[in-house]
Amino acid sequence: MTMQNFPYLTAMIAAPSLGALVVWLAGGAVRRHARVVALAWSLVVLALGVAMASQFKIGGGVQLTERVEWIASFGVSYAVGVDGIGLVLILLSALAVPIVLLAAWREQSSPAKQAHYAALVLCLETFMIAVFAARDVFLFYILFEAMLIPVYFLIGSFGGAGAKRAALKFLLYSLAGGLVMLAGVIAVWTEGPGGRDGFLVDALVGADWGSPQAERLIFLAFFVAFAVKAPMFPVHTWLPDAAQAAKPGTSVLLVGVLDKVGTFGMVTLCLPLFPQASAWAAPVVIALAVVSIFWGAFLALGQSDILRMIAYTSVSHFGFIVLGIFAFTETAEIGSAFYMVNHGLSTGALFLLAGFLIARRGTQDMSLMGPGLQRTTPLLAGTFLVVGLSAVALPGLSTFVSEFMVLVGTYQRSPAAAVVAALGVIMAALYILIAYQKIFTGPVRADLAGTGDLGARELWVVGPLIALMLVFGFYPKPAVDLLREGAAETVRLAEFSEPGAEQEGDRP
Amino acid sequence: MSALLWPAAPAPLAAPGAAVAAEAAIDIDWVVLSPVAIVLGAAIAATLIEAVASRKGAGRVAAQPGYLRVVQAGLALLAVAAAGLVALRLALRAGESIGLTGDGALVIDPMTLYLQLAVAACALIGLLVITDRTVQGEDAFAPQAAAVPGSEYEQRARRRGLSQTDVYPLVLFATGGMMLFPAAADLITMFVALEVLSLPLYLLSGMARHRRLLSGEASLKYFLLGAFGSAFFLFGAAWVYGATGSLRLSEIAGSVGSASGLDPILVVGLTLILVGLFFKVGAVPFHSWTPDVYQGAPTPITGFMAACTKIAAFGALLRVVYAVAPALSWDLKPVLWTVAIATMVVGTVVGLVQRDVKRLLAYSAIAHAGFIMTGVAAWSAEGLAGSLFYLFTYGVATIGGFGVIALVREVDAEGHIRAEATGLDQWRGLGKRSPVLAGAFALFLLSFAGIPLTSGFVAKFAVFEAAFGAGAAVLAIVGLACSAAAAFFYARVIVAMFFESAPQGEAAPLAGVGIGVRTLGLTQIAVGLSLAFTLALGLVPGWFWNFTRGLAQLLS
Repeated sequence: MTMQNFPYLTAMIAAPSLGALVVWLAGGAVRRHARVVALAWSLVVLALGVAMASQFKIGGGVQLTERVEWIASFGVSYAVGVDGIGLVLILLSALAVPIVLLAAWREQSSPAKQAHYAALVLCLETFMIAVFAARDVFLFYILFEAMLIPVYFLIGSFGGAGAKRAALKFLLYSLAGGLVMLAGVIAVWTEGPGGRDGFLVDALVGADWGSPQAERLIFLAFFVAFAVKAPMFPVHTWLPDAAQAAKPGTSVLLVGVLDKVGTFGMVTLCLPLFPQASAWAAPVVIALAVVSIFWGAFLALGQSDILRMIAYTSVSHFGFIVLGIFAFTETAEIGSAFYMVNHGLSTGALFLLAGFLIARRGTQDMSLMGPGLQRTTPLLAGTFLVVGLSAVALPGLSTFVSEFMVLVGTYQRSPAAAVVAALGVIMAALYILIAYQKIFTGPVRADLAGTGDLGARELWVVGPLIALMLVFGFYPKPAVDLLREGAAETVRLAEFSEPGAEQEGDRP
Repeated sequence: MSALLWPAAPAPLAAPGAAVAAEAAIDIDWVVLSPVAIVLGAAIAATLIEAVASRKGAGRVAAQPGYLRVVQAGLALLAVAAAGLVALRLALRAGESIGLTGDGALVIDPMTLYLQLAVAACALIGLLVITDRTVQGEDAFAPQAAAVPGSEYEQRARRRGLSQTDVYPLVLFATGGMMLFPAAADLITMFVALEVLSLPLYLLSGMARHRRLLSGEASLKYFLLGAFGSAFFLFGAAWVYGATGSLRLSEIAGSVGSASGLDPILVVGLTLILVGLFFKVGAVPFHSWTPDVYQGAPTPITGFMAACTKIAAFGALLRVVYAVAPALSWDLKPVLWTVAIATMVVGTVVGLVQRDVKRLLAYSAIAHAGFIMTGVAAWSAEGLAGSLFYLFTYGVATIGGFGVIALVREVDAEGHIRAEATGLDQWRGLGKRSPVLAGAFALFLLSFAGIPLTSGFVAKFAVFEAAFGAGAAVLAIVGLACSAAAAFFYARVIVAMFFESAPQGEAAPLAGVGIGVRTLGLTQIAVGLSLAFTLALGLVPGWFWNFTRGLAQLLS
C-alpha cells in the first residue's frame, strides 16, 4: 500500500475509538496510567493527522476520499473525504484532544475516573473527525446525533453543580434540532434524486428539489439544527448552562470544536445543496447573526461566572462566523472558515486558562478570584491577557485576520451589516478588559499570597495554542490558501443559482 | 408435498378415512402450517404433562419440582425454536408452496412467515427470561396462583417452596395464537386466534409472585378490556358479513365498490374490526389497559406480551388494512391517521410524568404503537416494509428492556431477593451498583429514543421515510416531534442511573434500592441476545431491511 492510497481518514476515525476501548477495558498497569496511555494515543492520532495533511494537495478539491456502500436500499454509504475546511477542522480536533487530556491531568481523583474521562474524550474524537470527513448526508446526520452521547456523559458525569440539568438541556436542545434535521434528511431522500447515490453530497450538489418551496423547507430543517448547534440567537441558551457546569476541558471540545459542526454544516451542506434557499434566507440569517454578535457580547458583559462569560463571548463570535458564511463573498467565506479555526484556538485557550484560575481559587466567580492576582501569578495574567486580546481580534494574532476578512467580505455585500457588526469588536474589548481588571489588577487580596503560577504542564497546555495564533497572525497564507478553493466554490454555487441573490443580500 | 385430506364438514358423519372423496375434502398443507402446529401441539402436550404430573401426587412432584420444570421449559424452548427454524426455512424459500390453505381459512405468505419468525424469536428470548430463577430458587410466578393474596394458604405454599410450571403451556398457547393471528385469511379464524393468544395472557398477567394484588388487578383489567375489544371485533365482523355476505378477507376486498351500495356499512364494520385490533396493539384511545397491565403482570410476561402481542396484532392489522382496505383507503385513512397521531402524542406526553420504570415503558410502548401506525397509515410497500422492520427491532429491544427490569430487585436486610425495584428513585445510582445492567438498559432506551447506530433509529427512519414518500408528511412530522419529546423521559432514566446517587437508608445501605441480582443466568443471555440484535440491526441494517422490503414487494 503506497502512501497515496492509505485510508488516512478511516484510520483517523478508527484510531481514537480503538484507544477509547483500550483505556476503558484494560486493567492493570494500563488502567493505572490511563491518562498517559490516552495522551500518547491522542498524540499518535495527531501525528497521523499531520501525515494526512502532507498528502493533501491544495487546489485539488475533495480529496482522500473513500466510499463503501452501507445501506444500499436507502442510498446510504460510508463516504469520507476532505476539502480545505474539513482538513483544518480535523486537525483542530486532533490538536484539541491531547491538550484537553493534558489540561485534565489532575481533575479526576481516581484512576478509574481518569480512565473513564479519557475514554469518553477519545470516543468523542472519533465522532468529531468522522463528522468533518463525512461526504454522505445520512452518515453526517448519524454522526451529528451520535456525538451527543459522549458529550452528554462528559458534561453530566464530570461537571460541577447543576451538571445533570445542563447536560439534559444540552441533550434536549440538540436532539430537538437533530430531529428537525432528520425530517430534512428524509426529505432529501424522498424529494431528491434517490438511488444508490441518494445521499452522497457530491451527487446532491445541484440536485433538483422539485419546487422552491420544497427546497426552502429542507434547507430550514438543516439550518435549524445547525443554528442550535452553532449556537445562534435565539437557540443559544443551552450553551452558557453547559459551559458553566462542565469541566473547562469539556467546554474546549464542546465550544472550540464541536459547535463548529453547526457552521461547518452550513458551509458544506446548506449552501451547496440548497443554494437558492440559502440566498432566500440570507437576509434573515444575517440579521440573526448580527443580533447574536450583540446579544452574546451584552450578556458576556453582565456575567460574574467566568465560564458563562466565555460561553457568551462564543455566541458573539459565532455570530461573526455565520455572518461571513451568508455574505456569499469569497473573502468572507475564507474569513469564516479561518475564524472557525481561530475561535477554536482562542476560546479553547480562554477556557483552559479559566480552568487553571478556578483550580487555584476554588470559585468560578470573577469578583471572588481577584483582585490583584497579577502580582502573584504574572505568567497566568500575561497569558490570559494575550488570549483575551485574541478574542478581541488584536492585530498580530490570527483572530484579527479572520475577523477582518469577515467584515471586509461582508461589507462588499452588505455594508450596513458589516458596519453594525464592527461595533461588536468594541464590546469584545470591553468584556475582556473588564474581566481582566476584575481578576488581575488592583490591590492584592489578602488570601492570594500562596497562589502558585502556571506550572510546566499548564504552559504546555496553552503554549501551543498561543504559538499557533501568533504564527497564523503573522503568516496566515498557508491557512488562507488551504481554504480559498472551497470558499470560491461555495460562492460560485450561491451566485450562479440565483442572480437575484445579490440584491436580496443587500438588505440585512 | 404432504397435503392431507380432512373431512370438510360434520354433515357426512363419515370416518376420517372415508373423506377421500375429493369434493368434500379440505386441502391442508401441513408443511406450511407446521410452525403453528408445532407450537400448539407442544402446548397440548405440555398441558397433558401438567395433568399427569399432578395426578401422580402433588406432593411428590412438589418435592422434586426440578424435573417437571426442566421438562416443561425444555419442551417449550424446543418447540418455539423448532417453529422459528421451520418458519425461517419456509421464508427463505418464499414463493414455493405459499398461499391459501385450510380451505382458504389461512394464508401463508412471506409476511405471515416473517411475522411468525419474529414472534418465535421474541418468544424464545422471552422464554429464557420466564424460565430464569434467582439464586434463591424463586421464579417470577406465584407459588399458587389460585391462593388468595395474603391468606394463610398462600403463606404455606410459599414456605413449602412450591412453584408451578403451568406457565409453560399457557405461554405456548399464547405463542401459537400469536403465530396464527397474522395468518388468518378470514375473520372467524382471526377471532379464534385472537382469543387463543389473549386468554392465556389474561391468566399469566395475574400470576406475579410479588405484589399480587397489583397483579390480580392487572389480570382483571386486561380481561375486561380485552373482552371489550373482542366484542368490538366480533360486532364489526357481523357488520362486514352483513354488507358483503362473506367473512373471507379476499371476498370482502372483492366486493368493495360493487353496485350494492353497501359500502357505508362495510366501512362501519371495518372500523369496528380495526377498533378491536387497536385494543390489542394498545393504540389511543383504546390503550388504557396498557400501563396497568404492563406494571402489574410478572415482568417476564410483560416483556413477552409487549413484544409478541404487538408483532402479532400489528400483523393482523396489516393484513386487514393491506388486504381488504386499499379500495376503501379514502374512507379509512382519517381513522388511521387520527389514531396514529393520538397514539404518538398521548403515549409521549403522559409518559413524561411517569415515575415507575414499568409504567414508563408501557407509555413508551403506546408511543411506539403510534410510530408503527405511521408506517401502516402510509399505505405503501415502503410503509409495510418499515412497519415489519420496526416490529421486530422494537420487539427484541423490549424483551431485553424488561429482562433488565426483571433483574433489578429489592434486597431486604437478610439478603432475600424481593420484588422488582421499579420506582425511578430506586434506579438512582444503578450505574454504579450494576454497571453492565445499567449500560444495557441505557442502550435499549437509546434505541427506543431512536438514536443513530441503534436499530430503533433505522426503524424510525424507515417508517417516517415511508410516510413522507406517501404524502403523509404530517404523520412523520408529528412523529419526529414526539420522538424529541420522548427522548426526555428516556434520558431521565439514564440520568437517574448514571448521574444520581442512591438515597442512603439508615438500616441497610441497600434498603429500598434496586440492584442487579444473580440468577441462573438465562435472563442475562436473553438481554445479551437482545443487545446483539439491537446493535447489529443498528450498525448493519442493510441486509435485514432488504429482507423486509423484499417481503413487502412480494405482497404488493
